[in-house]
Amino acid sequence: MSQTRWLPYLLIAPATLFLGAIFVVPLVQTILLSFNGGAGGVFANYQRMMGDLNFGVSLRNTFLLVVTVVPLQMALAIGMGLMLQKLTHGRELVLWIWTIPLGVSDLAAGLVWFAILQNTGYFNTLLFHLGLISGPTAWLNSETPYTLFIAVVVAEIWRSTAVVLVVIVAGLQLIPKEFGEAAEIFGASPLKKFVRVTLPMLKPSLQSALILRTVLAFEVFASAYAIGGRNIPVLVGEAYVWQRENQNYSVAAAYAVLIMIISLSATWVYLRLLRENPEAQA
Amino acid sequence: MIKLKTPQAGTALYGATITLLCAWVLVPIFLVALGAFGGRPAVYQWPKSLWPASLSFNQLAIFLQIDGVWNAALSSIIAASLTMLFSLALGAPAGYALARFSFRGAFVFRLMILLTRAFPLAILALPLTVLFIRAGLYDTALGVSLVHTALALPFAVMVTASLFAGIPRELEEAAWVFGCTRWQAVRKIVLPLALPGMVASAIFAFVISWNEVFAASVLTVQHRTLTAYLLTVLSESPLHYRFAGGFILIVPSIVFIFAVRRYLFALWGVTNR
Repeated sequence: MSQTRWLPYLLIAPATLFLGAIFVVPLVQTILLSFNGGAGGVFANYQRMMGDLNFGVSLRNTFLLVVTVVPLQMALAIGMGLMLQKLTHGRELVLWIWTIPLGVSDLAAGLVWFAILQNTGYFNTLLFHLGLISGPTAWLNSETPYTLFIAVVVAEIWRSTAVVLVVIVAGLQLIPKEFGEAAEIFGASPLKKFVRVTLPMLKPSLQSALILRTVLAFEVFASAYAIGGRNIPVLVGEAYVWQRENQNYSVAAAYAVLIMIISLSATWVYLRLLRENPEAQA
Repeated sequence: MIKLKTPQAGTALYGATITLLCAWVLVPIFLVALGAFGGRPAVYQWPKSLWPASLSFNQLAIFLQIDGVWNAALSSIIAASLTMLFSLALGAPAGYALARFSFRGAFVFRLMILLTRAFPLAILALPLTVLFIRAGLYDTALGVSLVHTALALPFAVMVTASLFAGIPRELEEAAWVFGCTRWQAVRKIVLPLALPGMVASAIFAFVISWNEVFAASVLTVQHRTLTAYLLTVLSESPLHYRFAGGFILIVPSIVFIFAVRRYLFALWGVTNR
Protein backbone atom coordinates (compact mmCIF):
# COMPACT_ATOMS: atom_id res chain seq x y z
CA MET A 1 0.00 0.00 0.00
CA SER A 2 2.74 2.42 0.93
CA GLN A 3 4.33 1.53 -2.37
CA THR A 4 1.49 3.06 -4.41
CA ARG A 5 1.64 6.20 -2.25
CA TRP A 6 5.01 7.33 -3.60
CA LEU A 7 4.87 5.63 -6.98
CA PRO A 8 3.10 8.47 -8.85
CA TYR A 9 5.63 10.98 -7.54
CA LEU A 10 8.44 8.74 -8.66
CA LEU A 11 6.85 8.58 -12.09
CA ILE A 12 6.45 12.34 -12.55
CA ALA A 13 9.86 13.12 -11.00
CA PRO A 14 11.95 12.76 -14.19
CA ALA A 15 9.69 15.05 -16.23
CA THR A 16 9.45 17.58 -13.39
CA LEU A 17 13.19 17.64 -12.76
CA PHE A 18 13.93 17.94 -16.47
CA LEU A 19 11.51 20.82 -16.99
CA GLY A 20 12.89 22.46 -13.86
CA ALA A 21 16.44 22.21 -15.14
CA ILE A 22 15.77 23.31 -18.72
CA PHE A 23 13.05 25.82 -17.86
CA VAL A 24 13.45 27.42 -14.45
CA VAL A 25 17.25 27.63 -14.35
CA PRO A 26 17.64 29.45 -17.69
CA LEU A 27 14.64 31.62 -16.85
CA VAL A 28 16.32 32.88 -13.68
CA GLN A 29 19.60 33.20 -15.57
CA THR A 30 18.04 35.33 -18.32
CA ILE A 31 16.54 37.71 -15.80
CA LEU A 32 19.83 38.03 -13.89
CA LEU A 33 21.82 38.45 -17.10
CA SER A 34 19.50 41.15 -18.44
CA PHE A 35 19.89 43.23 -15.26
CA ASN A 36 23.65 42.79 -15.12
CA GLY A 37 24.56 46.08 -16.74
CA GLY A 38 28.08 46.38 -15.26
CA ALA A 39 29.15 50.00 -14.88
CA GLY A 40 26.03 51.25 -16.65
CA GLY A 41 23.69 50.27 -13.80
CA VAL A 42 20.86 47.78 -13.51
CA PHE A 43 18.95 48.96 -16.56
CA ALA A 44 21.95 49.49 -18.86
CA ASN A 45 21.06 46.55 -21.10
CA TYR A 46 17.48 47.69 -21.41
CA GLN A 47 18.62 51.23 -22.20
CA ARG A 48 20.91 49.84 -24.87
CA MET A 49 18.13 47.70 -26.27
CA MET A 50 15.68 50.60 -26.45
CA GLY A 51 18.31 52.95 -27.84
CA ASP A 52 18.90 50.64 -30.80
CA LEU A 53 17.59 51.91 -34.14
CA ASN A 54 15.77 48.66 -34.91
CA PHE A 55 14.07 48.36 -31.51
CA GLY A 56 11.03 50.53 -32.18
CA VAL A 57 10.56 49.11 -35.67
CA SER A 58 10.81 45.49 -34.55
CA LEU A 59 8.43 46.07 -31.63
CA ARG A 60 5.92 47.71 -33.96
CA ASN A 61 6.27 45.01 -36.64
CA THR A 62 5.84 42.19 -34.12
CA PHE A 63 2.69 43.71 -32.58
CA LEU A 64 1.21 44.56 -35.99
CA LEU A 65 1.83 40.99 -37.16
CA VAL A 66 0.17 39.52 -34.06
CA VAL A 67 -2.92 41.75 -34.18
CA THR A 68 -3.32 41.10 -37.92
CA VAL A 69 -2.53 37.38 -38.11
CA VAL A 70 -4.24 36.03 -34.99
CA PRO A 71 -7.80 37.46 -35.51
CA LEU A 72 -7.74 36.60 -39.23
CA GLN A 73 -6.71 33.01 -38.60
CA MET A 74 -9.18 32.60 -35.73
CA ALA A 75 -12.02 33.64 -38.06
CA LEU A 76 -10.68 31.44 -40.86
CA ALA A 77 -10.32 28.42 -38.55
CA ILE A 78 -13.84 28.82 -37.12
CA GLY A 79 -15.20 28.99 -40.66
CA MET A 80 -13.24 25.89 -41.67
CA GLY A 81 -14.34 24.05 -38.55
CA LEU A 82 -18.02 24.77 -39.24
CA MET A 83 -17.65 23.64 -42.85
CA LEU A 84 -16.02 20.39 -41.72
CA GLN A 85 -18.96 19.74 -39.41
CA LYS A 86 -21.42 19.84 -42.29
CA LEU A 87 -19.25 17.67 -44.51
CA THR A 88 -20.55 14.13 -44.94
CA HIS A 89 -18.20 12.71 -47.59
CA GLY A 90 -14.44 13.06 -47.59
CA ARG A 91 -14.25 14.69 -44.18
CA GLU A 92 -11.08 12.73 -43.33
CA LEU A 93 -9.33 13.79 -46.52
CA VAL A 94 -10.24 17.47 -46.21
CA LEU A 95 -9.17 17.51 -42.57
CA TRP A 96 -5.85 15.91 -43.46
CA ILE A 97 -5.16 18.44 -46.23
CA TRP A 98 -6.10 21.36 -44.00
CA THR A 99 -3.80 20.16 -41.23
CA ILE A 100 -0.72 19.56 -43.42
CA PRO A 101 0.75 22.96 -42.42
CA LEU A 102 0.99 21.62 -38.81
CA GLY A 103 4.18 19.92 -39.98
CA VAL A 104 5.62 22.88 -41.88
CA SER A 105 8.26 24.93 -40.09
CA ASP A 106 8.14 28.72 -40.10
CA LEU A 107 11.36 28.78 -42.11
CA ALA A 108 9.94 26.47 -44.79
CA ALA A 109 6.70 28.50 -44.91
CA GLY A 110 8.73 31.66 -45.45
CA LEU A 111 10.66 29.99 -48.27
CA VAL A 112 7.45 28.71 -49.87
CA TRP A 113 5.89 32.15 -50.02
CA PHE A 114 9.19 33.70 -51.08
CA ALA A 115 9.16 31.33 -54.07
CA ILE A 116 5.67 32.53 -54.98
CA LEU A 117 6.11 36.25 -54.37
CA GLN A 118 9.69 36.91 -55.55
CA ASN A 119 10.32 39.14 -58.57
CA THR A 120 10.05 36.40 -61.21
CA GLY A 121 7.71 34.27 -59.10
CA TYR A 122 4.31 32.70 -59.74
CA PHE A 123 2.29 35.57 -58.27
CA ASN A 124 3.86 38.04 -60.70
CA THR A 125 3.32 35.60 -63.56
CA LEU A 126 -0.38 35.53 -62.67
CA LEU A 127 -0.55 39.34 -62.55
CA PHE A 128 1.31 39.46 -65.87
CA HIS A 129 -1.18 37.15 -67.58
CA LEU A 130 -4.04 39.20 -66.15
CA GLY A 131 -2.42 42.24 -67.74
CA LEU A 132 -1.86 44.02 -64.43
CA ILE A 133 1.94 44.31 -64.64
CA SER A 134 4.27 44.45 -67.62
CA GLY A 135 7.28 42.58 -66.21
CA PRO A 136 8.95 41.25 -63.04
CA THR A 137 8.03 43.50 -60.14
CA ALA A 138 9.56 43.66 -56.65
CA TRP A 139 7.21 43.38 -53.67
CA LEU A 140 9.56 42.26 -50.93
CA ASN A 141 12.25 44.93 -50.42
CA SER A 142 12.67 47.90 -48.12
CA GLU A 143 10.95 50.23 -50.64
CA THR A 144 7.73 48.20 -50.51
CA PRO A 145 7.15 47.85 -46.73
CA TYR A 146 3.39 47.34 -47.06
CA THR A 147 3.47 44.45 -49.52
CA LEU A 148 6.39 42.93 -47.59
CA PHE A 149 4.28 43.04 -44.41
CA ILE A 150 1.29 41.51 -46.20
CA ALA A 151 3.53 38.72 -47.55
CA VAL A 152 4.63 37.77 -44.01
CA VAL A 153 1.00 37.89 -42.83
CA VAL A 154 -0.03 35.55 -45.66
CA ALA A 155 2.81 33.12 -44.92
CA GLU A 156 1.98 33.08 -41.19
CA ILE A 157 -1.74 32.53 -41.81
CA TRP A 158 -0.95 29.78 -44.32
CA ARG A 159 1.33 27.98 -41.89
CA SER A 160 -0.25 28.39 -38.48
CA THR A 161 -4.02 28.31 -38.97
CA ALA A 162 -3.97 24.49 -38.82
CA VAL A 163 -3.18 24.49 -35.08
CA VAL A 164 -6.19 26.72 -34.37
CA LEU A 165 -8.33 24.53 -36.62
CA VAL A 166 -7.50 21.35 -34.71
CA VAL A 167 -8.27 22.96 -31.33
CA ILE A 168 -11.55 24.34 -32.67
CA VAL A 169 -12.64 21.09 -34.37
CA ALA A 170 -11.97 19.28 -31.08
CA GLY A 171 -14.10 21.90 -29.29
CA LEU A 172 -16.94 21.68 -31.81
CA GLN A 173 -17.11 17.92 -31.34
CA LEU A 174 -17.79 18.44 -27.63
CA ILE A 175 -20.93 20.53 -28.25
CA PRO A 176 -24.01 18.26 -27.96
CA LYS A 177 -26.03 18.18 -31.19
CA GLU A 178 -29.25 18.69 -29.21
CA PHE A 179 -28.31 22.29 -28.40
CA GLY A 180 -28.26 23.32 -32.06
CA GLU A 181 -31.38 21.30 -32.81
CA ALA A 182 -33.25 22.98 -29.96
CA ALA A 183 -32.24 26.39 -31.26
CA GLU A 184 -33.54 25.43 -34.71
CA ILE A 185 -36.87 24.20 -33.32
CA PHE A 186 -37.34 27.55 -31.61
CA GLY A 187 -36.77 29.25 -34.96
CA ALA A 188 -33.25 30.59 -34.55
CA SER A 189 -31.55 31.63 -37.78
CA PRO A 190 -28.19 30.01 -38.59
CA LEU A 191 -26.44 33.25 -37.58
CA LYS A 192 -28.31 33.49 -34.30
CA LYS A 193 -27.63 29.82 -33.60
CA PHE A 194 -23.92 30.45 -34.19
CA VAL A 195 -23.74 33.55 -31.99
CA ARG A 196 -25.97 32.28 -29.16
CA VAL A 197 -25.14 28.54 -29.05
CA THR A 198 -21.93 27.63 -30.88
CA LEU A 199 -19.70 30.55 -29.88
CA PRO A 200 -20.45 30.45 -26.12
CA MET A 201 -20.01 26.67 -26.05
CA LEU A 202 -16.75 27.02 -27.92
CA LYS A 203 -15.30 29.56 -25.49
CA PRO A 204 -12.82 27.24 -23.68
CA SER A 205 -11.40 26.07 -27.01
CA LEU A 206 -11.21 29.63 -28.33
CA GLN A 207 -9.35 30.63 -25.18
CA SER A 208 -6.83 27.79 -25.59
CA ALA A 209 -6.32 28.53 -29.27
CA LEU A 210 -5.90 32.26 -28.65
CA ILE A 211 -3.31 31.77 -25.91
CA LEU A 212 -1.40 29.14 -27.89
CA ARG A 213 -1.32 31.15 -31.10
CA THR A 214 -0.67 34.58 -29.61
CA VAL A 215 2.35 33.33 -27.65
CA LEU A 216 3.71 31.63 -30.75
CA ALA A 217 2.91 34.65 -32.93
CA PHE A 218 5.08 36.89 -30.73
CA GLU A 219 7.92 34.51 -31.54
CA VAL A 220 7.60 35.18 -35.29
CA PHE A 221 11.07 35.19 -36.78
CA ALA A 222 12.13 32.70 -39.47
CA SER A 223 9.22 33.31 -41.86
CA ALA A 224 9.80 37.07 -41.78
CA TYR A 225 13.53 36.54 -42.27
CA ALA A 226 13.09 34.11 -45.19
CA ILE A 227 10.75 36.52 -46.98
CA GLY A 228 12.21 39.93 -46.21
CA GLY A 229 15.67 39.37 -44.76
CA ARG A 230 16.56 42.25 -42.44
CA ASN A 231 14.02 44.51 -44.13
CA ILE A 232 11.27 43.53 -41.70
CA PRO A 233 12.89 43.33 -38.26
CA VAL A 234 10.97 41.54 -35.47
CA LEU A 235 11.74 41.15 -31.73
CA VAL A 236 13.02 37.55 -31.80
CA GLY A 237 15.10 38.37 -34.87
CA GLU A 238 16.75 41.26 -33.01
CA ALA A 239 17.46 38.98 -30.03
CA TYR A 240 19.13 36.58 -32.47
CA VAL A 241 21.26 39.36 -34.01
CA TRP A 242 22.42 40.63 -30.58
CA GLN A 243 23.31 37.10 -29.53
CA ARG A 244 25.01 35.82 -32.68
CA GLU A 245 26.33 38.82 -34.59
CA ASN A 246 27.01 41.32 -31.82
CA GLN A 247 27.92 38.56 -29.31
CA ASN A 248 26.20 40.62 -26.62
CA TYR A 249 24.36 38.06 -24.49
CA SER A 250 23.11 40.67 -22.00
CA VAL A 251 21.16 42.75 -24.51
CA ALA A 252 19.85 39.51 -26.07
CA ALA A 253 18.68 38.53 -22.56
CA ALA A 254 16.91 41.89 -22.23
CA TYR A 255 15.04 41.08 -25.46
CA ALA A 256 14.19 37.62 -24.12
CA VAL A 257 12.76 39.10 -20.91
CA LEU A 258 10.73 41.61 -22.92
CA ILE A 259 9.29 38.85 -25.14
CA MET A 260 8.42 36.72 -22.10
CA ILE A 261 6.69 39.66 -20.37
CA ILE A 262 4.66 40.40 -23.51
CA SER A 263 3.66 36.72 -23.91
CA LEU A 264 2.67 36.29 -20.26
CA SER A 265 0.69 39.57 -20.32
CA ALA A 266 -1.18 38.37 -23.41
CA THR A 267 -2.02 35.08 -21.69
CA TRP A 268 -3.21 36.93 -18.59
CA VAL A 269 -5.41 39.27 -20.65
CA TYR A 270 -7.06 36.32 -22.42
CA LEU A 271 -7.65 34.48 -19.15
CA ARG A 272 -9.34 37.59 -17.71
CA LEU A 273 -11.35 38.53 -20.80
CA LEU A 274 -12.64 35.04 -21.56
CA ARG A 275 -13.28 34.02 -17.97
CA GLU A 276 -16.29 31.79 -17.45
CA ASN A 277 -18.94 34.19 -16.24
CA PRO A 278 -22.33 32.50 -16.06
CA GLU A 279 -24.20 35.57 -14.79
CA ALA A 280 -23.25 37.67 -17.81
CA GLN A 281 -25.03 35.28 -20.16
CA ALA A 282 -28.58 35.98 -19.05
CA MET B 1 -36.81 34.78 -43.34
CA ILE B 2 -35.48 35.53 -46.78
CA LYS B 3 -33.47 32.80 -48.45
CA LEU B 4 -31.24 34.27 -51.09
CA LYS B 5 -29.77 31.03 -52.35
CA THR B 6 -31.45 27.94 -53.66
CA PRO B 7 -30.20 24.82 -51.89
CA GLN B 8 -28.25 23.71 -55.00
CA ALA B 9 -26.47 27.04 -55.32
CA GLY B 10 -25.67 26.90 -51.61
CA THR B 11 -24.19 23.40 -51.90
CA ALA B 12 -22.14 24.38 -54.93
CA LEU B 13 -20.78 27.46 -53.16
CA TYR B 14 -19.99 25.34 -50.11
CA GLY B 15 -18.13 22.74 -52.18
CA ALA B 16 -16.25 25.44 -54.05
CA THR B 17 -15.11 27.08 -50.80
CA ILE B 18 -13.82 23.79 -49.43
CA THR B 19 -11.97 23.05 -52.68
CA LEU B 20 -10.50 26.55 -52.70
CA LEU B 21 -9.24 26.16 -49.13
CA CYS B 22 -7.64 22.80 -50.04
CA ALA B 23 -5.92 24.52 -52.96
CA TRP B 24 -4.76 27.31 -50.62
CA VAL B 25 -2.85 24.68 -48.62
CA LEU B 26 -1.61 22.47 -51.46
CA VAL B 27 -0.74 24.84 -54.33
CA PRO B 28 2.06 26.71 -52.49
CA ILE B 29 3.73 23.35 -51.67
CA PHE B 30 3.43 22.32 -55.31
CA LEU B 31 5.00 25.61 -56.42
CA VAL B 32 7.99 25.35 -54.09
CA ALA B 33 8.48 21.77 -55.34
CA LEU B 34 8.64 23.16 -58.89
CA GLY B 35 11.25 25.64 -57.67
CA ALA B 36 13.24 22.81 -56.08
CA PHE B 37 13.13 20.46 -59.09
CA GLY B 38 13.44 23.14 -61.77
CA GLY B 39 16.82 24.45 -60.68
CA ARG B 40 18.37 27.68 -61.87
CA PRO B 41 16.60 27.99 -65.28
CA ALA B 42 13.16 27.55 -63.74
CA VAL B 43 13.78 30.13 -61.02
CA TYR B 44 14.67 32.90 -63.47
CA GLN B 45 12.20 31.88 -66.17
CA TRP B 46 9.79 34.70 -67.05
CA PRO B 47 6.88 34.48 -67.29
CA LYS B 48 6.61 31.19 -65.44
CA SER B 49 4.85 28.16 -66.83
CA LEU B 50 3.15 25.70 -64.47
CA TRP B 51 5.29 22.86 -65.84
CA PRO B 52 8.90 24.00 -66.46
CA ALA B 53 10.79 22.18 -69.21
CA SER B 54 13.81 21.17 -67.16
CA LEU B 55 12.20 19.43 -64.21
CA SER B 56 14.53 16.76 -62.80
CA PHE B 57 15.81 15.14 -59.66
CA ASN B 58 19.32 16.25 -60.61
CA GLN B 59 18.70 19.72 -59.23
CA LEU B 60 17.76 18.34 -55.86
CA ALA B 61 20.71 15.93 -55.98
CA ILE B 62 23.08 18.83 -56.69
CA PHE B 63 21.69 20.68 -53.68
CA LEU B 64 22.24 17.64 -51.47
CA GLN B 65 25.87 17.41 -52.62
CA ILE B 66 26.68 20.92 -51.38
CA ASP B 67 29.17 20.77 -48.58
CA GLY B 68 27.29 21.03 -45.33
CA VAL B 69 23.78 20.07 -46.43
CA TRP B 70 24.23 16.36 -45.77
CA ASN B 71 25.92 16.96 -42.45
CA ALA B 72 23.21 19.41 -41.45
CA ALA B 73 20.48 16.94 -42.38
CA LEU B 74 22.30 14.28 -40.37
CA SER B 75 22.55 16.60 -37.33
CA SER B 76 18.83 17.30 -37.65
CA ILE B 77 18.03 13.59 -37.73
CA ILE B 78 20.22 12.88 -34.69
CA ALA B 79 18.75 15.78 -32.70
CA ALA B 80 15.20 14.81 -33.67
CA SER B 81 15.74 11.14 -32.81
CA LEU B 82 17.15 12.05 -29.40
CA THR B 83 14.20 14.40 -28.83
CA MET B 84 11.88 11.52 -29.68
CA LEU B 85 13.63 9.24 -27.22
CA PHE B 86 13.90 11.73 -24.33
CA SER B 87 10.36 13.05 -24.61
CA LEU B 88 8.89 9.54 -24.48
CA ALA B 89 11.23 8.29 -21.75
CA LEU B 90 10.39 11.28 -19.54
CA GLY B 91 6.80 11.79 -20.68
CA ALA B 92 5.31 8.29 -20.68
CA PRO B 93 5.86 7.57 -16.93
CA ALA B 94 4.32 10.94 -16.08
CA GLY B 95 1.43 10.21 -18.41
CA TYR B 96 0.89 6.86 -16.70
CA ALA B 97 0.89 8.54 -13.28
CA LEU B 98 -1.74 11.07 -14.41
CA ALA B 99 -3.91 8.34 -15.93
CA ARG B 100 -3.80 5.75 -13.14
CA PHE B 101 -3.32 7.55 -9.83
CA SER B 102 -5.16 10.32 -8.09
CA PHE B 103 -2.50 11.97 -5.99
CA ARG B 104 -1.96 15.31 -4.30
CA GLY B 105 -0.22 17.62 -6.74
CA ALA B 106 -1.59 15.93 -9.85
CA PHE B 107 -3.53 19.09 -10.69
CA VAL B 108 -0.48 21.31 -10.17
CA PHE B 109 1.61 19.03 -12.36
CA ARG B 110 -1.02 19.04 -15.11
CA LEU B 111 -1.24 22.83 -14.91
CA MET B 112 2.54 23.18 -15.09
CA ILE B 113 2.60 21.00 -18.21
CA LEU B 114 -0.14 23.06 -19.88
CA LEU B 115 1.48 26.37 -18.88
CA THR B 116 4.72 25.49 -20.63
CA ARG B 117 2.76 25.72 -23.87
CA ALA B 118 1.85 29.33 -23.04
CA PHE B 119 5.51 30.25 -22.75
CA PRO B 120 8.04 31.25 -25.42
CA LEU B 121 10.29 28.26 -24.68
CA ALA B 122 12.69 28.60 -27.60
CA ILE B 123 13.81 31.97 -26.22
CA LEU B 124 15.41 30.11 -23.31
CA ALA B 125 18.08 28.90 -25.74
CA LEU B 126 19.71 32.34 -25.32
CA PRO B 127 20.81 31.95 -21.66
CA LEU B 128 21.45 28.23 -22.15
CA THR B 129 24.35 29.11 -24.46
CA VAL B 130 26.63 29.97 -21.53
CA LEU B 131 25.55 26.93 -19.51
CA PHE B 132 25.99 24.62 -22.51
CA ILE B 133 29.48 25.92 -23.28
CA ARG B 134 30.53 25.08 -19.70
CA ALA B 135 28.88 21.65 -19.83
CA GLY B 136 30.34 20.79 -23.24
CA LEU B 137 26.86 20.62 -24.78
CA TYR B 138 27.21 23.71 -26.96
CA ASP B 139 27.25 23.00 -30.68
CA THR B 140 26.14 19.38 -30.27
CA ALA B 141 23.01 17.62 -31.46
CA LEU B 142 22.54 16.42 -27.89
CA GLY B 143 22.37 19.98 -26.57
CA VAL B 144 19.85 20.99 -29.23
CA SER B 145 17.75 17.92 -28.47
CA LEU B 146 17.55 18.86 -24.77
CA VAL B 147 15.85 22.17 -25.61
CA HIS B 148 13.63 20.45 -28.17
CA THR B 149 12.64 17.88 -25.54
CA ALA B 150 11.35 20.73 -23.38
CA LEU B 151 9.15 21.72 -26.36
CA ALA B 152 7.93 18.17 -27.05
CA LEU B 153 7.56 16.91 -23.47
CA PRO B 154 4.20 18.59 -22.69
CA PHE B 155 2.70 16.88 -25.74
CA ALA B 156 4.20 13.52 -24.83
CA VAL B 157 2.78 13.72 -21.28
CA MET B 158 -0.73 14.74 -22.35
CA VAL B 159 -0.94 12.20 -25.18
CA THR B 160 0.35 9.25 -23.16
CA ALA B 161 -1.98 10.23 -20.30
CA SER B 162 -4.98 10.09 -22.63
CA LEU B 163 -3.74 6.81 -24.14
CA PHE B 164 -3.28 5.07 -20.80
CA ALA B 165 -6.60 6.41 -19.52
CA GLY B 166 -8.24 4.74 -22.52
CA ILE B 167 -6.91 1.30 -21.59
CA PRO B 168 -9.21 -0.40 -19.08
CA ARG B 169 -7.70 -0.69 -15.62
CA GLU B 170 -9.25 -4.17 -15.31
CA LEU B 171 -6.80 -5.58 -17.85
CA GLU B 172 -3.90 -4.58 -15.62
CA GLU B 173 -5.63 -5.87 -12.49
CA ALA B 174 -6.24 -9.19 -14.20
CA ALA B 175 -2.52 -9.44 -14.91
CA TRP B 176 -1.76 -8.79 -11.23
CA VAL B 177 -4.12 -11.59 -10.25
CA PHE B 178 -2.16 -13.93 -12.50
CA GLY B 179 0.99 -13.00 -10.66
CA CYS B 180 2.46 -10.18 -12.73
CA THR B 181 4.22 -7.38 -10.90
CA ARG B 182 3.06 -3.85 -11.63
CA TRP B 183 5.94 -3.30 -14.07
CA GLN B 184 5.35 -6.63 -15.82
CA ALA B 185 1.67 -5.77 -16.26
CA VAL B 186 2.58 -2.44 -17.81
CA ARG B 187 5.18 -4.00 -20.09
CA LYS B 188 3.10 -6.96 -21.23
CA ILE B 189 -0.43 -5.50 -21.29
CA VAL B 190 -0.45 -1.69 -21.33
CA LEU B 191 2.52 -0.84 -23.54
CA PRO B 192 1.55 -3.12 -26.46
CA LEU B 193 -1.96 -1.63 -26.44
CA ALA B 194 -0.66 1.93 -26.26
CA LEU B 195 2.07 1.37 -28.83
CA PRO B 196 0.46 2.99 -31.90
CA GLY B 197 -0.36 6.14 -29.96
CA MET B 198 3.10 6.24 -28.45
CA VAL B 199 4.64 5.95 -31.90
CA ALA B 200 2.46 8.86 -33.00
CA SER B 201 3.61 10.91 -30.04
CA ALA B 202 7.25 10.05 -30.84
CA ILE B 203 6.79 11.05 -34.49
CA PHE B 204 5.28 14.32 -33.40
CA ALA B 205 8.31 14.98 -31.17
CA PHE B 206 10.50 14.28 -34.21
CA VAL B 207 8.59 16.84 -36.29
CA ILE B 208 8.81 19.48 -33.54
CA SER B 209 12.59 19.07 -33.42
CA TRP B 210 13.05 18.82 -37.19
CA ASN B 211 11.16 22.10 -37.71
CA GLU B 212 12.58 24.18 -34.85
CA VAL B 213 14.70 27.09 -36.05
CA PHE B 214 15.54 29.53 -33.27
CA ALA B 215 17.03 27.38 -30.51
CA ALA B 216 18.89 25.25 -33.05
CA SER B 217 20.42 28.34 -34.67
CA VAL B 218 21.46 29.85 -31.35
CA LEU B 219 23.01 26.66 -29.95
CA THR B 220 25.07 25.42 -32.92
CA VAL B 221 28.01 26.74 -34.95
CA GLN B 222 29.83 23.89 -36.71
CA HIS B 223 27.28 21.13 -36.27
CA ARG B 224 24.24 23.00 -37.47
CA THR B 225 20.88 21.32 -37.91
CA LEU B 226 19.23 21.68 -41.32
CA THR B 227 17.03 24.61 -40.25
CA ALA B 228 19.97 26.40 -38.61
CA TYR B 229 22.14 25.76 -41.69
CA LEU B 230 19.48 27.10 -44.07
CA LEU B 231 18.90 30.16 -41.91
CA THR B 232 22.59 31.12 -41.83
CA VAL B 233 23.30 30.55 -45.53
CA LEU B 234 19.98 32.04 -46.62
CA SER B 235 21.17 35.51 -47.60
CA GLU B 236 24.10 34.27 -49.70
CA SER B 237 22.58 31.23 -51.42
CA PRO B 238 21.00 31.33 -54.89
CA LEU B 239 17.23 31.19 -55.09
CA HIS B 240 16.90 27.59 -56.35
CA TYR B 241 18.98 26.35 -53.40
CA ARG B 242 16.64 28.13 -51.01
CA PHE B 243 13.62 26.48 -52.61
CA ALA B 244 15.32 23.08 -52.57
CA GLY B 245 16.02 23.62 -48.85
CA GLY B 246 12.44 24.61 -48.16
CA PHE B 247 11.14 21.60 -50.05
CA ILE B 248 13.44 19.15 -48.23
CA LEU B 249 12.29 20.61 -44.90
CA ILE B 250 8.62 20.11 -45.80
CA VAL B 251 8.59 16.58 -47.25
CA PRO B 252 9.29 14.49 -44.10
CA SER B 253 6.81 16.59 -42.15
CA ILE B 254 3.98 15.94 -44.59
CA VAL B 255 4.65 12.20 -44.48
CA PHE B 256 4.78 12.23 -40.68
CA ILE B 257 1.63 14.30 -40.25
CA PHE B 258 -0.12 11.82 -42.51
CA ALA B 259 1.11 8.97 -40.31
CA VAL B 260 -0.13 10.56 -37.07
CA ARG B 261 -3.34 12.10 -38.45
CA ARG B 262 -5.55 9.90 -36.24
CA TYR B 263 -3.88 11.28 -33.12
CA LEU B 264 -3.94 14.97 -34.03
CA PHE B 265 -6.76 15.65 -31.61
CA ALA B 266 -5.05 13.95 -28.70
CA LEU B 267 -1.97 16.05 -29.52
CA TRP B 268 -3.54 19.47 -29.91
CA GLY B 269 -7.16 19.14 -28.92
CA VAL B 270 -6.46 19.17 -25.19
CA THR B 271 -8.00 22.37 -23.91
CA ASN B 272 -7.31 24.05 -20.58
CA ARG B 273 -10.37 22.66 -18.94
